Amino acid sequence: MKTYKQVFSELSQASRAALIPFFVIGDPDFDTSLAVVKTAIDAGADVLELGIAFSDPIADGPTIQKADIRAMKSGMNLQKARDFIRKLKEYKDIPIGLLMYYNLVYQYGVEKFFTDFHEAGVNSVLVADLSIDDADEIARPAASAGLDTVFMVTPVTEDSRMELIASRTTGFIYMVSVLGVTGSRDELSDAVAELVGKLKKLTSVPVCVGFGVSKPEHAAAIASAGADGVIIGSKIVGLIERNLGDSEKMLAEISVFLREVRDAIDTQAG
Amino acid sequence: MKEKGRFGDYGGFYVPEVLIPVLEELEGAFYRFYEDEQFVAELGQLSKEYAGRPSPLYYAKRFSDYVGCRVYLKREDLLHGGAHKVNNTLGQGLLAKYMGKTKLIAETGAGQHGLATAMIGALFGMETKIFMGVTDIERQSVNVHKMKLCGAEVVDVEGGTGTLKDAINDALRYWTAHVRDTFYLFGSTCGPHPYPTIVKHFQICIGKEARRQSLEQIGRLPDMIVACVGGGSNAIGIFSGFVDDKNVRLIGVEAGGRSLSSGRHAATLVAGRVGILHGAKAYLLQDEEGQVYDTESVSAGLDYPSVGPEHCLLKDTGRAEYVAAEDEEVLDAFELLSKTEGILPALESAHALAYMMSQKGKLSSEQVAVVNLSGRGDKDVSIVEKRRPLEQ
Repeated sequence: MKTYKQVFSELSQASRAALIPFFVIGDPDFDTSLAVVKTAIDAGADVLELGIAFSDPIADGPTIQKADIRAMKSGMNLQKARDFIRKLKEYKDIPIGLLMYYNLVYQYGVEKFFTDFHEAGVNSVLVADLSIDDADEIARPAASAGLDTVFMVTPVTEDSRMELIASRTTGFIYMVSVLGVTGSRDELSDAVAELVGKLKKLTSVPVCVGFGVSKPEHAAAIASAGADGVIIGSKIVGLIERNLGDSEKMLAEISVFLREVRDAIDTQAG
Repeated sequence: MKEKGRFGDYGGFYVPEVLIPVLEELEGAFYRFYEDEQFVAELGQLSKEYAGRPSPLYYAKRFSDYVGCRVYLKREDLLHGGAHKVNNTLGQGLLAKYMGKTKLIAETGAGQHGLATAMIGALFGMETKIFMGVTDIERQSVNVHKMKLCGAEVVDVEGGTGTLKDAINDALRYWTAHVRDTFYLFGSTCGPHPYPTIVKHFQICIGKEARRQSLEQIGRLPDMIVACVGGGSNAIGIFSGFVDDKNVRLIGVEAGGRSLSSGRHAATLVAGRVGILHGAKAYLLQDEEGQVYDTESVSAGLDYPSVGPEHCLLKDTGRAEYVAAEDEEVLDAFELLSKTEGILPALESAHALAYMMSQKGKLSSEQVAVVNLSGRGDKDVSIVEKRRPLEQ
């Protein structure tokens, strides 16, 4: 199974940043969702961030909330999510990070969850509502299941806390670019480059930037600031929403957009 | 964070990383000011002159005659704003002022906490936004109008069933994006640490007063304390005054909605199991995988799938008992208190009264129950009118 370490070191040798699209598993339904994610892989994704739908996603804006509702309405559950991941791994061995809420892990049983999902092909589980302070609740079972850790850092995280977070991260740091929930924004904050620079000085762990990234220019700016990866969620989930009646157009638009982003990142590197 | 905010294994602060600094700031400010002489004096004066504390303890004789024991009502319904909510909003509002925050946000279900926050926003001249589910906006339109009159903006929340849970989701999302200048004035004794501790601190006056008044007016401690439980702030407030008096039974009454067997209710402690929602580990109404259920109750204020962490501990240790009252029983209680005492109770508080009605004939005439009448029922008249039309 391909690890984050392998992917980020390959990319770093080529001076490229990772393209990391985010999707909600099963949005709008299992088969379409699978086709969408395969399209993203074909368009040049290096790592996948996949969400498991939750009834109360407090860290997510309206676009991802609606995706969660679509996935749940189509009958998504944890068993199907595992099948989904297995099918993706059969298609291509690409690192997969889950992004989800604690209650689903807790109800499943923390150890069993990590074991079962690692077995299905997951590299890390970022629990959106579990901060580094309570990471002990998941750290050991995650490690013994063979998972890497991914934690978030935000524009209001203090330096000493950043160091603590970095010291406990084995996968990559998910750097939140703006204050707020997930969602597309027109402008990328100038503070992003500064924060990336600060983090890169503090740690050798890869830093990937997400929240509000919605244009190829944003991705290029993030890559040129020295980030190791660009995470794009709401923008492409919005393309699913906009083309619910026409899956062919949905796949085409996602493919075109991600290729543009890929090019923007790579041009930056060149 | 200095503390873990745990009640047994319950509570904690299960929040996105972005909220940690602001919760730390809040925790620090709370411990800096809550015993500060000037803060305490200012809060004491406002509680008395603005809110109307102490609230009376009233012997409801004709209601007692029906139930068959001596029922006293702790009249939080007589406070400014019509509910106990003002105790907490004054306290947290003052804390916000001491912290130099200029904007308040709050969630609300029945509108009582929203109104109590809007009042304090007006009192301190702070810009106030109240997040409220669309279902609740419709069923509590009078309170919505009152909030607006106090100068607050009421933000429609359409997610989920448009009730309290959804309002909290959106208030948390908004806060995440505005942590630098905005104070989130949380309404109940749930949510992430330090809220359960803060809210309890500002509601404990109910229990302290009720205990003193019981000794003065009855000459002894009551046999039981009865309070409704949604998030559980009025209940924790009155329970805390008696929790060390081992012979005083503490009874929390949750929303049984249509019925427990129908699944359409909000009786978290009675029918839920432990989970994590809105920053706290607590009992939770959820499906097998952990998706949170939509709840149902005639009272918007109890329509919530989780509950304060300290109540979870009180349940597990057996110190408090938790039961549920169904909507129809609650409406009966609303009507009975109105008819026998000329007091219209909030539908939330009517849950506690419904429990007393269910004890008719089971208690001796010498037994004393103190029911926390946490709010008044004016806001619920149109709901009762629809559910129980009066004969012409």
